[in-house]
Formats: sequence, C-alpha cells, structure tokens
Amino acid sequence: MTDPSLDALLQRCATVACLGAGGVGKTTVAAALAVRAAQLGRRAAVVTIDPARRLADALGAGALGNAPRLVAGDWPGELWAVMLDTKATFDELVARHAADADQAARILANRFYRNVSEALAGTQEYMAMEKLYELQEEHGFDLVVVDTPPSRHALDFLRAPNQLGRLLDHRAYRLLTARGVGAAKVVNRAAQSFVRLAARAVGAEVLDDAVAFFAAFDGMEHGFRARELRARHALEGPGAAFVLVAGPRRASLEEADWLADRLGEQGISVGVLVVNRVQPSFAGGSPEALAELLAAPGPPARQELAANLAELRAAAELEAHELARLSGRRCAGGLVLRAPLFADDVHELAALERLAAALE
Amino acid sequence: MHIVAGKGGVGKSTLTAVLARAAAARGLSVLVLAVESAGPLPRLLGLDAEPGALAEPTVAPAAGLPGAVALQVLSPDRALLEYLEDHGLGGLARRLAKAQTVELVAYGAPGMKDLLVLGKIKQLERAGAAEVILVDGPASGQAIGFLRAPAALAQSARTGPIHHQAVAVLALLADPARCQVLLVATAEETPVNELVETAFALEEEVGVQLGPVAVNALHPARRLPDEDASAEAVAGLDPALAAALVHAARFRRRRQQLQADQLARLAAALPLPQLLLASRPSPELGPADVAVLAAELTDQLAAGLLSPAS
Repeated sequence: MTDPSLDALLQRCATVACLGAGGVGKTTVAAALAVRAAQLGRRAAVVTIDPARRLADALGAGALGNAPRLVAGDWPGELWAVMLDTKATFDELVARHAADADQAARILANRFYRNVSEALAGTQEYMAMEKLYELQEEHGFDLVVVDTPPSRHALDFLRAPNQLGRLLDHRAYRLLTARGVGAAKVVNRAAQSFVRLAARAVGAEVLDDAVAFFAAFDGMEHGFRARELRARHALEGPGAAFVLVAGPRRASLEEADWLADRLGEQGISVGVLVVNRVQPSFAGGSPEALAELLAAPGPPARQELAANLAELRAAAELEAHELARLSGRRCAGGLVLRAPLFADDVHELAALERLAAALE
Repeated sequence: MHIVAGKGGVGKSTLTAVLARAAAARGLSVLVLAVESAGPLPRLLGLDAEPGALAEPTVAPAAGLPGAVALQVLSPDRALLEYLEDHGLGGLARRLAKAQTVELVAYGAPGMKDLLVLGKIKQLERAGAAEVILVDGPASGQAIGFLRAPAALAQSARTGPIHHQAVAVLALLADPARCQVLLVATAEETPVNELVETAFALEEEVGVQLGPVAVNALHPARRLPDEDASAEAVAGLDPALAAALVHAARFRRRRQQLQADQLARLAAALPLPQLLLASRPSPELGPADVAVLAAELTDQLAAGLLSPAS
C-alpha cells in the first residue's frame, strides 16, 4: 500500500517536481504520483516532458498536448495531463507579453527567436516552469506534478531559467542593439566593433536576426522576468516538494545523492527519494527451505524453479545492499520509497495505479 | 570513426568502453571522445583522472593489451573559444564571455555548438589521432539534432567560415568509409522505439551510415516450467515457499518474453546486425566487466567492425 507519508505529502502540496537523470522512469513516477493524488480526492495535473508513446496515449487518448486534458478514471478527485510543447509555450508567452499583435508577430517570425526557442539550453526547463505556473494560476489545480527534462544535470530545472533570463537581460540586449543610457558612447563603440567582428565569425545573417530579435523584444523583458520570478516562488514555498527519482544501481543512487547535496546548497530539501524498478525479492518460506531444495535432487521442473528463485533473490539482495549503503546518507530528512520492477512495463492507467499503490 | 548514440540510461558508455577494449585487444590505438562530460567512461576504462584533466587525451591503463586507449572530453565552450580565436576574435571573445553575450549569439545560429564539436572531431579524425575513434555521443533525441546541425548550418550560413566547416563535416558524416553511427538500446519497449525512430531519422535526414545496433543488459534465457507444470512441481512444499517459487517463475517468464519480443521487433524494424551484450551482476560496472563483455563480443566483432581507418 502507498506509504502514508507520501499520501500526506500529496495532500498538502501544491507543487511536486520530479528530478533525476534520464532513463530512470521519472515520467512514469510523476504520472503515478498524480494518479495517487486524484485517488486521494485532489484536482491534480501532471506535466510530462517526453512521455513514451503508449503512456501518452493512456493519459491523453491520443491527443495529449500542451493544453490540459482530463484523464478518464474512477477516482474521487481529478487527473489532468499535459505533454509540454516547449515552442508553443514560448510562443504563448511572447503573445502574452507583447504590446500588440504586430510585436508578437515580428518576434515569432524572427529566425533568431525560432532557434533560441528550441535550441538554447535551458529553454525547455524554463517553459516547464512557466507551464507549472500557468496551470496553478489559471487553471486552479490543487496539485501540479511536474516531470522535468532529462537533463544531464537535473538541476537545470532550477538554474536554467536564469540562463534564458540572461538572454533577455538588459546588458546583453543593450550591447547587441547598440543602445544604452549613461555610458552610451562607450557601450556603442564597443558594441559596434563587436557587431562587426561577430558578423565575421557567425555570419551577418545570424547577427542581423539577433539584433532584430532584441529590437522586437524591446519592453517585454520586464514582463518575462517578473513572471519568471513569480513562477520560481511557487517552487520555493512550503507548498512545493521535490521528488528525486533514481534507479537501483550504484551510479544512479550516487547521482541522486549528489543532486540532493546541490539542492541542499540552494536551501532545498528533498522530500522524497523514489528508487524505481527495484528487483522483487519473492519472499516466502525460510532461506533454509530453499537451500534444501537446491541441495537435494528432485524433479527437473522443481529444480528449475528453485534455481530461478535463488538467482532472483540473490540479485534482489545485492541491490538491497547497495540501496541500504547509499540512500540513507543524504536523503535522511526525506522519505525513501521503493517502486518494484513489475513483470510488465508500466504503460497503462491500471499499471500506474499499481505503481502508486506499490510505493512504499 | 564510430559515433555511439542511444536513449539516456541504456548503456552507451558501456558499449563505447567495450568496443575500445576490443579494439585495443586487437592491437589498435583507440581514442574515445566524450562531449561535455565523461560520465562513467573513466571508471569503465579504469582511468583515475581529475575531471578537468580530461580536456587533453589521457591514456587509460594498458591492462596488458597490445593496443592503447585514450580518453578525451570535448567541450563545446572550448570549441567555440578556439573557433573565435582562429578568426581573430580571441581577445574580444574572452572579455565578452563574462557577459554571456558571445555565447548566446553563437548559439543563436542553429546547431553552431554541435557543429563546432563535430568540427573538432573531424580535425582529430583527419589528423589520424588514433586508428579507431569512438565518440560517446548524445542521448538519442539530441543525437538527431547534433548530427543534423551541419546540414542546417550549411543552408542557413551560405558563405563564410561556418559554411565551409559545415560542408567539411557533412562530407565526413556521409562517408561510410570514415564514419558510422552505432545505436544502442536495452531490450525494452521505449528504448527500442527510440532507437528505431532515431535510425530512420538519421538515415533520412543526415545520410549517415548505420553500423550494427547494440542491445545491452540482456538476461540469459532460463528454462522454466509453465504455469501448470509449476503448480505440480511445488505440490507438497511449504505454501509460502511454493508461492514464491511460482511467482518468481511467472516474473522471469514474462520478462524473458518481453526481452525476446523487443529483440524481434528491433530485427523486424531494422535490417542491421545486432551486437548482443549480457547483463552483468556487478552493482557498478568496471574495467573487469568491460573486459568480459569485450571478450564475449569477439566473434561478433571479428566481422570487421573495428578495422583501422583507411
């Protein structure tokens, strides 16, 4: 049964962010947490980043996208799902902050903007945070569970918005558009020589596009930054919880420890560590009884069963040993939960419910 | 040159290390290149190095092999700085680097960062830095963007140094005698889906040659009685133990089926040879595991996957 502390967390939080490296099952865990919240009676939404096709189909009936969709299910609360569309979210932000339709159109058509909106590292993280904010402010969900992009450094979710924020920063903007106040002349001269030389390096077309973008963006950076700050506040208050997802292998657990440390440095304590896809141990009967079976000759079928059980138990024990060794250290303040590896992969709602129930 | 790509968590670095070891075992010199971060490669190659030290090629312990393996981590930031210095912008670039201004303009050109890294790799390949070059590439979604960058830039920057760089890199990628991509997955649905999608995208959009696909962490097939035979076999045993025996068998049978299904799906979707790597019991893979896996692949590799570049 679901760990009661996890239930308590899902009841009291407004935001749950799932962090972790790629390939550990973050999206699946995020979806399972949102399902559990719905079972507990909350009006919950899950923002997925790059869900497996079958999971996306299970959540969105083939139409999962950037706008929240209600997931049909038999629970007291509600479950809604979103598959983040980074570009569309950025476009919506531009439209929201532009002074008029013309300014918005100029930006959306700009080649530099189109490249930045997809290629600049940290944009996806920025938009995940924006989507989180939008869901809370405008759709009034009780709880939003955010899956985060499978960054090499999962912390980019917290840091990355500053990277995009720097793009929109006054200094860079002034330099590139050769405008400024006060030390205007100096800035201009440096800017002009930079522009000339940079054009040689990256190509005049690229630079023209960049300058045009900043000119078009004029006046919007304040709106962007203010909204970003409000979004970050949502992640800093008591209503926010951070869930680290890791695999049962040593490298994955060590990375989770490292992440927890980095979060700690930013004053954030990890609420939960979920160790996913843990080998089941198939407990039952005494170890001696199994040892006897293995030692004594018997019908082949029975020996095959015994050898299989012994092997699976040994693997589970090895893993459990690693887990005990590593997970206690950093996440002492937080909850450590295990999710078992099932015989079948988790791709449907029923499987998500099973996973949620097995988080203990 | 071989570029190894696959979804995060499927063991790209493991395959890279295994191939490096196998090549060194045949007496070849090997250069392993990682982008931005070495990940588990130092551990897999038995290299104990400070992260910063890997900016230069660092030789791994020989372990009695006739060949040699060196590891180098390429940094897109360093590649950008070098590029700017080569074009007379070094001083200014360094001053502006603090304001992040140079970066964002350069990165505003689609895939410039990727192109610069590929350019550096091309330089090493051209210079014959090693008989075999293995690139531990990006996770699959990014692999497509990474390898598509030269074509995109050749189009958008129609003249000048970027264009020339892009064209030269394209020539390398498209030449099957010089370069191929090895895709990796585990025998599970999502990794296989991604591998197949990536394969098609690379062939259609980048025109790069695909080498064998590698499947990691395979479990040996174990003979097990079916449900009915299991129930019979446990009759008379302590009920708790009997239940455990039956459940464990059911679990293993199902996972074996899933594994077989995924391997079959992969073979059906892509007519490429498969390199099959067994799961290792160690809690953390190290050079000993890499040696075992490399030995297991010997027959599969003898088919000429790792010949020195001509």
